[in-house]
Amino acid sequence: MQLDWSSIPRASNALWEGFQFSISLTAFAALAGIILGTLLAMARLSSIKPLSMIASGYVNIFRSTPLVIVIYWFYVVLPFIIGRPIGAEHSAYVTFAIFEAAYFCEIMRAGIQSIPKGQVYAGSALGFTYGQNMRYIILPQAFRNVVPLLLTQTIILFQDTSLVYVLGATDLFGAADKIAHRDNTLLEMYVTVAVIYFVISFFLSRLVKHLHSKIAIIR
Amino acid sequence: MPNTLLTLDQINVNFGPKRVLEGLSFSLQAGEIGCLLGASGCGKTTALRAIAGFEPVAAGRVILDGQQVASSGQEWTPQQRGIGMVFQDYALFPHLNVTDNIRFGLSRLDKVEQKRRVEELLEVVQLTEVANAYPHALSGGQQQRVALARALAPAPRLLLLDEPFSNLDVELRERLNQEVRDILKSRDITALLVTHDQHEAFSLADKVGVMHAGRLLQWDTPYKLYHEPAERFVADFIGEGVFLPAVVTAAGDIEFNADPQLGHRPCWPVCQARPGQAVQVLLRPDDILHDDTSPMQARVVKKAFRGAQFLYTLSLPSGQTVLSLVPSHHDHAIGEAIGIRLEIDHVIAFGV
Repeated sequence: MQLDWSSIPRASNALWEGFQFSISLTAFAALAGIILGTLLAMARLSSIKPLSMIASGYVNIFRSTPLVIVIYWFYVVLPFIIGRPIGAEHSAYVTFAIFEAAYFCEIMRAGIQSIPKGQVYAGSALGFTYGQNMRYIILPQAFRNVVPLLLTQTIILFQDTSLVYVLGATDLFGAADKIAHRDNTLLEMYVTVAVIYFVISFFLSRLVKHLHSKIAIIR
Repeated sequence: MPNTLLTLDQINVNFGPKRVLEGLSFSLQAGEIGCLLGASGCGKTTALRAIAGFEPVAAGRVILDGQQVASSGQEWTPQQRGIGMVFQDYALFPHLNVTDNIRFGLSRLDKVEQKRRVEELLEVVQLTEVANAYPHALSGGQQQRVALARALAPAPRLLLLDEPFSNLDVELRERLNQEVRDILKSRDITALLVTHDQHEAFSLADKVGVMHAGRLLQWDTPYKLYHEPAERFVADFIGEGVFLPAVVTAAGDIEFNADPQLGHRPCWPVCQARPGQAVQVLLRPDDILHDDTSPMQARVVKKAFRGAQFLYTLSLPSGQTVLSLVPSHHDHAIGEAIGIRLEIDHVIAFGV
């Protein structure tokens, strides 16, 4: 079999554009997912029963459903909700933020639970309300404790964003897939993007590991 | 006339179906340091948490500075009570440095005033040099002082301390104990602490309450707890001592019928004994003096060297043993008979 790598450099512009979308989707979904996930975690740990039930229902649904189905499902349902057609890209932003929130919720819940109860008592005795305790005592510590977990989940998220190609969106993998079919260079293209995903994910994991040891010293 | 700052009136606290505090009543004057003393599980920490507002009361009232802050179904939140608390594990905020930990409760004040108060408190607890350090970099004693400064910062009406020295080694414990008392007294702070260590309770507190199984048995000065225990449990729990059997004579005196040479003693009013009643008389090690000229003899059974003193366990002719604290230059061998003399100000006797 003859491999033709010459088409790869010529595709670099398209790949770069796809890559930018992948990164932007990852960043948005991580940020929105962490914010939403934190609120969900607070709801799950709330003593108000209906609130915690809704939150745990949310988490259980998304954690028990294959991502690719959720991607299709939102792509079909979202236009009905907002009343007009929505592009594959925009649908992906919403889907990933909502889907990832379920995973980030569980991480934040563990983070919040890792903070000793005494911290809340100490805050309350100093005159702080629930909200102030959360904001100034619990969440800053919880975040610090779970930063490695949040980043690890974000790396997984980065890899998962490649699934948006099923909607025809041109993320890094979607771009590669389109060019691969056009030029009939499937193997070359797939190997190239695999290497790109690997290099980025691998170095980010190393970074997380380094960070983890630093945080462990403070604790 | 000193005014009463804290009153607990017949407090009950339940954990589910289990009653952990029953009929707890005492009061603390402004500027006084009180202490709840008891073995673990006696309910003393629960009492503290009920006062702070972390544990709802099932019955009774907590009155702070003339205001009812807790009764069944009507609870002020901890935030509303304005009570400072030092926790057993200190509960310092690990993500904040010493200055920010102390400043935490001062958010209502403006920046200049915050800074002034933090600096003042750092000086009080002698931590100015580590103002920018994080809690994990501090020693146990330093962490304890940060916790104290943080609790004192908002100038609370009442300071609660939950086993504040239990995580420290003995030497440091005794030093900090005095330091904390000096700080509290110099700033005229009313405080209530909880401990299982009676030496700590005695050296720090003006009033001590002995707790057992969810009840407060006696609330009194350390001196009175030691010398005038109101109940047998308190007499046993506080200090050392033995109980000797005796009877109450027709004249209302105490007679040690097994060891008549100990003589008659007028009974202290608290014992309320009826003539002819059999009683148990509390004898502290400092009630039995070693006196070579005394005709009364007792045999050394055991001795424990305590530096300045020996604690002798002595056997009376009847076989009863008593304890005696003797200056340590009186070094007697085990088995030797030594002269003893009874010197009791007042006889504490409990009916059997």
